[in-house]
Amino acid sequence: MNAPANSFVRNALIEPQAAPRNTVGITGWMRQNLFSSPLNGVMTVLILAFIVWMVTPFIRFTLVNAVWEGADRSACATATGACWAYVKAYLPQFVYGRYPAAERWRVDIVFLLLVVGLVPMLIPRVPYKRLNALFLIGVFPIVAFILLTGGHVRLAGNLIPSSLMAPSPLRFAVQYAIIAALIIGGLALFAKLAERPVKGSGTTASIILGYIAVVLFLVSLDFGLVPVETANWGGLLVTLVVAITGMVAALPLGILLALGRRSNMPVVKLASTIFIEVWRGVPLITVLFMASVMLPLFLPDGVTFDKLLRALIGVALFQAAYMAETIRGGLQAIPRGQYEGAMALGLGYWQMMRQIVLPQALRISIPGIVGSFISLFKDTTLVIIIGLYDFLGQIQASANDAKWASPVTGLTGYIFAAMVFWAFCFAMSRYAAFTERRLDRGRR
Amino acid sequence: MSDPSVATIEAPHVPPTSLTVSSTDVAVQMVDVNKWYGEFHVLRDINLTVMRGERIVICGPSGSGKSTLIRCINRLEEHQKGKIVVDGKELTNDLRKIDEVRREVGMVFQHFNLFPHLTILENCTLAPINVRKMPKREAEEIAMHYLSRVKIPEQANKYPGQLSGGQQQRVAIARSLCMNPRVMLFDEPTSALDPEMIKEVLDVMVGLAMEGMTMICVTHEMGFARQVANRVIFMDGGQIIEQNDPVSFFTNPQHERTKLFLSQILH
Repeated sequence: MNAPANSFVRNALIEPQAAPRNTVGITGWMRQNLFSSPLNGVMTVLILAFIVWMVTPFIRFTLVNAVWEGADRSACATATGACWAYVKAYLPQFVYGRYPAAERWRVDIVFLLLVVGLVPMLIPRVPYKRLNALFLIGVFPIVAFILLTGGHVRLAGNLIPSSLMAPSPLRFAVQYAIIAALIIGGLALFAKLAERPVKGSGTTASIILGYIAVVLFLVSLDFGLVPVETANWGGLLVTLVVAITGMVAALPLGILLALGRRSNMPVVKLASTIFIEVWRGVPLITVLFMASVMLPLFLPDGVTFDKLLRALIGVALFQAAYMAETIRGGLQAIPRGQYEGAMALGLGYWQMMRQIVLPQALRISIPGIVGSFISLFKDTTLVIIIGLYDFLGQIQASANDAKWASPVTGLTGYIFAAMVFWAFCFAMSRYAAFTERRLDRGRR
Repeated sequence: MSDPSVATIEAPHVPPTSLTVSSTDVAVQMVDVNKWYGEFHVLRDINLTVMRGERIVICGPSGSGKSTLIRCINRLEEHQKGKIVVDGKELTNDLRKIDEVRREVGMVFQHFNLFPHLTILENCTLAPINVRKMPKREAEEIAMHYLSRVKIPEQANKYPGQLSGGQQQRVAIARSLCMNPRVMLFDEPTSALDPEMIKEVLDVMVGLAMEGMTMICVTHEMGFARQVANRVIFMDGGQIIEQNDPVSFFTNPQHERTKLFLSQILH
């Protein structure tokens, strides 16, 4: 039988055998990834040498030759390494800005509450997520606002002419009641005209308006706290306030804009598209400038907006436009069949979006969302151009202080700023990667 | 070309099963339905009356409009002319009517369209809880009942991605049944399945037919058509070309186009 046989029957099955020794373990990994060919071996050695050459001076500057202790510039004047003594001396300013020293405990409480609220929220195993979210979104912002500003906001109600009623909290309350009644009445009228009452919309509106009323009442109370103007805020406090407000406001707004841009209703679609394209087409610096310099020109006399508040609104709207496009990308990745499956079961538009489409779209968008959160976090440094001193701005300002002026002071400050920003951004990035893996588990 | 009025025969044929078909209770009625995709005329003068308890199989070459036809019945597609009445409710632009109809009409898709981020059980309870406002517990009981019926109760806590195609399609059927629909639409339910899995899905569908469910199936499973259908409809070019009881349809097709089609698919 010389010709290749057409038939074959295996008599004995082959048992599994161990893989060749040099293809597994550390040796195997190195052989495969670092020294797979002579050229790659040379490259590996060269790159290792390059890394050592780069990193050594950095370590020498930041650690070996660094000055750790000292009371003023004399400690660092001749130093060839980083002046950590300066960072240590200035740390309170970096964190609180010009917030009065006697009142800084209020900022500390806010930071503490943030950590207490956020950490259990971020750990999936911790129960009571609903209560936790309620605290973070409904309670924490009010407490933070009252603690940071001092509360005791004077509400006067500008819409009712003074000839009818003197400016007072009572006038504001009357005005608020009228507006609330108009909104609820308008909803009822709309439901009647459209002949399609949205179930519970009246209750929802009442709850929201009631909540706003409670919030307004609380912030107008006098808790005996010394008022601290936002002009005195600074450092990490401003960075975190701008970044967190921007993120929290931008996400829901971005979702609505993304849904609006994909809507079948031409007016909604057009409005969303215009909003997104206008805000995305303008640099953030321009937005901040407009908010700080131009906006007051358009407002009627006597109406003043806090500068920080204006920056917050500008950042939030700017960020919402980017967020909308990121989320729209996720929405586009959801196959038509998912919509059809949901519709065929009789789910309404909002039910379908909330239960089926958005959970999947947001999951796909996580890398993009976190990407824009990270860039927002770094973009907060731009508020310096409208005279707000964020973390980086505070460091920059302090580097010019004659008490600490030395050749290495500025450099040290920037290295410190870079490290802190990197720590925040890297943490966000890692957490996002963790979430992605966690959410992906069920799908395989 | 057959006269469109022929399409409204009130099930005069002897059904292939012993199940009775209501002679007075209309489940779905389509009168002179026309639909265009832009300029393209995809459905032309469709007249079809489906009685409660009837089992209809629609077949035809791809692009003949058969999927579009059944997707019009729960308004996944909008028709531009004519009248569609489902369970006594006419489909118009009235969103409330559309929602009402969709609640009563179950649909099974070629690609299952399960929700990949929800477990099998959650897939089944989602609509009863959100649409019928059923308490979660009750919805889960019902879901387990139907999952047992399609013979996969043990998969309840898995995700769709962990199941085979045949199992996924059976879940999709259970998911529809959880809404207790009065009519079931099947849009090529076995076309995306491996040959070995087709039978398990068809078995479930046969079982459903035996219980008297009103079914409209777009399928090329001619064995299934022979076994359970009261009527087979052949479509081409957006029109109903021929319809008849399965025995006559397969043994004695009248129209040339039908003969050609059958000669291609029956070996």
